[in-house]
Amino acid sequence: MPDLLLELFSEEIPARMQAAAADSLRKLVTDALVERGLLYEGAKAFVTPRRLALAVHGLPAAQPDRHEERKGPRVGAPQAAIDGFLKASGLASLDEATIESDPKKGQFYVARIHRHGRPTPEVIAEIVPEIVRAFPWPKSMRWGKASAQAGSLRWVRPLQSVLCTFGPETEEPEVVRFEIDGLASGDTTQGHRFLSSGTIRVRRLEDYLAKLEAAKVVADRERRKDIILADAKDLALAQGLELVEDAGLLDEIAGLVEWPVVLMGAFDPAFLDVPDEVIRATIRANQKCFVLRDPATGRLASRFVLVSNLAASDGGAAIVAGNERVIRARLSDAKFFWETDRTTNATVPLDERLAKFRNVTFHEKLGSQYDRIQRIAALARELAPLVGADPELAAQAALYAKSDLRTEVVGEFPEVQGLMGRYYAALEGLPAEIAAAAEEHYKPQGPTDRVPTAPVSVAVALADKLDTLVGFWAIDEKPTGSKDPYALRRAALGVVRIVLENGLNLNLRTVIIDAIFLALIFSIRPRDGYLSLARIWDPQIEESPKETWAKGTVGSFLNSDGFVDDFGESASFHQMMHPDGLDPTDDDESQRRSEAYIELCRRLSTMDELKAGIWFENESGQYDYLIYCKAIYEREPWLKIGIDKLADDLLAFFADRLKVHLRESGARHDLVDAVFALPGQDDLLLVVKRVEALSRFLASEDGRNLLAGTKRAANILRIEEKKDGAAYDAAPDPARFVEAEERALADAIAAATPVIEAKLAAEDFEGAMAAIAGLRAPVDAFFEKVTVNAADPALRANRLNLLGAIRRVTRVLADFERIEG
Amino acid sequence: MIDPTLPPHMRPDRSFQGLILALQRFWADKGCVVLQPYDMEVGAGTFHPATTLRALGPRPWKAAYVQPSRRPKDGRYGKNPNRLQHYYQYQVILKPSPPDLQDLYLASLDAIGIDLKLHDVRFVEDDWESPTLGAWGLGWECWCDGMEVSQFTYFQQVAGFECAPVAGELTYGLERLAMYVQGVENVYDLNFNGREGDEKVTYGDVFLQAEEEYSRHNFEHADTAMLLEQFRMAESAAAKYLEAGWNADRSRHLMAQPAYDQCIKASHVFNLLDARGVISVTERQSYILRVRELAKACGAAWLATAAGGAAADSAAG
Repeated sequence: MPDLLLELFSEEIPARMQAAAADSLRKLVTDALVERGLLYEGAKAFVTPRRLALAVHGLPAAQPDRHEERKGPRVGAPQAAIDGFLKASGLASLDEATIESDPKKGQFYVARIHRHGRPTPEVIAEIVPEIVRAFPWPKSMRWGKASAQAGSLRWVRPLQSVLCTFGPETEEPEVVRFEIDGLASGDTTQGHRFLSSGTIRVRRLEDYLAKLEAAKVVADRERRKDIILADAKDLALAQGLELVEDAGLLDEIAGLVEWPVVLMGAFDPAFLDVPDEVIRATIRANQKCFVLRDPATGRLASRFVLVSNLAASDGGAAIVAGNERVIRARLSDAKFFWETDRTTNATVPLDERLAKFRNVTFHEKLGSQYDRIQRIAALARELAPLVGADPELAAQAALYAKSDLRTEVVGEFPEVQGLMGRYYAALEGLPAEIAAAAEEHYKPQGPTDRVPTAPVSVAVALADKLDTLVGFWAIDEKPTGSKDPYALRRAALGVVRIVLENGLNLNLRTVIIDAIFLALIFSIRPRDGYLSLARIWDPQIEESPKETWAKGTVGSFLNSDGFVDDFGESASFHQMMHPDGLDPTDDDESQRRSEAYIELCRRLSTMDELKAGIWFENESGQYDYLIYCKAIYEREPWLKIGIDKLADDLLAFFADRLKVHLRESGARHDLVDAVFALPGQDDLLLVVKRVEALSRFLASEDGRNLLAGTKRAANILRIEEKKDGAAYDAAPDPARFVEAEERALADAIAAATPVIEAKLAAEDFEGAMAAIAGLRAPVDAFFEKVTVNAADPALRANRLNLLGAIRRVTRVLADFERIEG
Repeated sequence: MIDPTLPPHMRPDRSFQGLILALQRFWADKGCVVLQPYDMEVGAGTFHPATTLRALGPRPWKAAYVQPSRRPKDGRYGKNPNRLQHYYQYQVILKPSPPDLQDLYLASLDAIGIDLKLHDVRFVEDDWESPTLGAWGLGWECWCDGMEVSQFTYFQQVAGFECAPVAGELTYGLERLAMYVQGVENVYDLNFNGREGDEKVTYGDVFLQAEEEYSRHNFEHADTAMLLEQFRMAESAAAKYLEAGWNADRSRHLMAQPAYDQCIKASHVFNLLDARGVISVTERQSYILRVRELAKACGAAWLATAAGGAAADSAAG
């Protein structure tokens, strides 16, 4: 069967786009072929900096023929109908149609059309230009003379030639002829830019790859990666060193060379005073070179591996010398930054360094980085006792943790943030816990990253993430769909993993509410205070500030109980002072609005009052912001509603993240739902323990049967309660028991209930499950012997109440109705 | 390959001015008009009207020139061997971009002594964007043995207008390139005139004192009150000239270049203010936007001039 070979030869394609482009080309072309009835045996794409190629193997020479039968109008039908039929079926006249007859319809025309499949090259010549014109490059451009006209061809960089051949193995393949904006397809390409010359004529994939190889081009990206990695390791080994592997860098380098030549260079060992990570970041980011490790010391060696695109006539001496010069200059800069930071840290106190963060905006509505650091420190202090850390140490660590963001090294290499904090803290002689927290509080960065375990690091890491989540939740910047610009899902997953993997019992809701208080105290506020917002509606101020606060945070807090009216928050504020449509004679309405305005001002003042907490000190002389806030929270119902709503909303987000996390580790999401359906589930560790116990229980025979019985009870109750418009939650009356099974079930429930409750109170979920397992036999026996819907209404109600008791006792463990199966 | 007939002091690998002259010859030979630097302070060769304005409109254009570039923030009081607040760019603009632009560029490297059989030259993705000029393009930074020696861009948009046709722009960092071909580690050690012994003049002899003085000026003493006023003056002058330059039916513009000068001025004054640290993060954005608005208006005006391609028949209007 014939094969297709296609190559799109261009100026240098950005490395980061190459792999995806190769995939797209393969998918777009093969999909288009299949769509047109051209099935193939295999396809492989190739990509280098200058070419995007595709080989499709085992294609038919032409599309299959198609037979079609089209029924037409009856014989003697009006001419318009006949003409329509001829046109639609492509017949020249009625002579080409056959006449068939039908007992109902009588005689009618039928067109039998035989469509020949088109030759495959013709189809290819049609689809390739379309695909090239609409290729999904992340960014594309116009170029040259043609770009004077609108709608000229776009490609990632100027497209220079197109090679397209088609034919069976045994014959000379043909060039598939087409033109894309004046660029005619052919059967030639070029080799390496510097290591070959002239054009190469190509027939099919085998000689394409062989001829390119001879012209110093390795077309297969994976092979280039293998060559680079193997050669780099060999070079390292020859020097008694180890290559520091870096998959991302390898991917990028493979996209920068067509003919990889791996070389080794060296730098002055004096640069090794600079931390390894900084050296690596410098050499990686700026020079795209690998670094090497000395296995004897475990530290970096003063060597690097570079991958050139040239087999140079001097064996690479000039290339190595050139790269060494650049790396020397880069490392000089890094060393200078590192030494500057050390001097600054030694001479400028932390307070002064932190003060610089006052000018750095974290988020327009969440204040400066300085505000944020203060919040994190306060929250870390609150969290510390809950995670076994010293509160003052945790607060101090939090203050230190972000300080490296203003250092020269981190300014130059953002990827070493945290790590530099650790180095600098150690150099400043700070406690080891503070140094560790500086690095670890960013962790975990993703689902596979390490989770901090040291208590101080845990406190700061939780505070950092919770503050971010609460802040963005409060200003209504939640993740939606695929959009999560502030990486809030990652932050929430981080909290979940820190809590679970450290086995922390934490009432998340309480902690979230603390974080909300801190956010309200430190940051979330209009610039001139809340009361200034009342001015927005001041008719004597001509240019009222355009205030967006009314909608987001402020609106949701101030009108949490809907005190204004039904028109929606901002609209109702507006109406207070702009009484459009207000009947001037309606004194009651005016009065009502005036009172609402006074209440609004009072609430705004309360929001300002929250900030006063900043001045309150506790017995040990520390500011205790939260005590003051909590008093106001208890005093003002609308504030409590607003804060609770925010906390519950965020808690639901955590529940979702936990579900995703557990699902990835194999847990059933319906069990997580069944547990979260219970009230007050904000201790993630307990939720997980309960899910695990539940899962084991349901795997047992008792568990499966009890689940079936409970669901049966629940189903009956749902139907009957709906029918009767009543809830069967009352205690069943023992006097009305008729059958022994009824009494036995009631007794079993009565006996099990206190045991289950005691076990749950002791967080012994296994014990609770064991206790409820005892109900299985009486439940089964009940359903076997007893008819619930008895004719006697009182008996029926009593039995329904007994079912209600089953529902009640199982609900202490989980909402069984949400469990599948 | 370096022209073998050159005397030693004119060789691009021995002399900074020799390097410039070699590039001038090379591009003159390719049909470029060889211009002199624009007589205003600019942050990059792109600001020269021969690039910014000429990149707009349908008319073909080939030009090459040296442009002194001022980056007040990059001053290091003459202490850093690589960073300067004043340096030279060599700028080439070819409109429409020729199909062999990469080959031309590589040939120019060969002409200044970079042997392509010995040195690893690569085109590494680097998309260019100038927020102040409302311009962007796709291209590469060109690496020679791991060092960025040039910027290569296909302009897609300038002053907010699509480039039709697209121009290709090459920008050589002359000091860096000279350091490389001369094998010098410190920019101030570059041989400027190619002579040896008593006759030798280094880059430091010419520019070290200036770097020290301008660093003091840029970071410590530049009169910010005056600069703020100058920014406003340039901005309002540009608006005034733009308005005055339009003909009655706004089909032709008669003063696009003087207006654009004020836009250049505003941009440089902004850079000075930025170096003095008197512009906050939020203000910074709004200054950039203000300059961009000027650049866009100048672009629109240019397109209504003869060189900008406005139809000849509307010239009468």
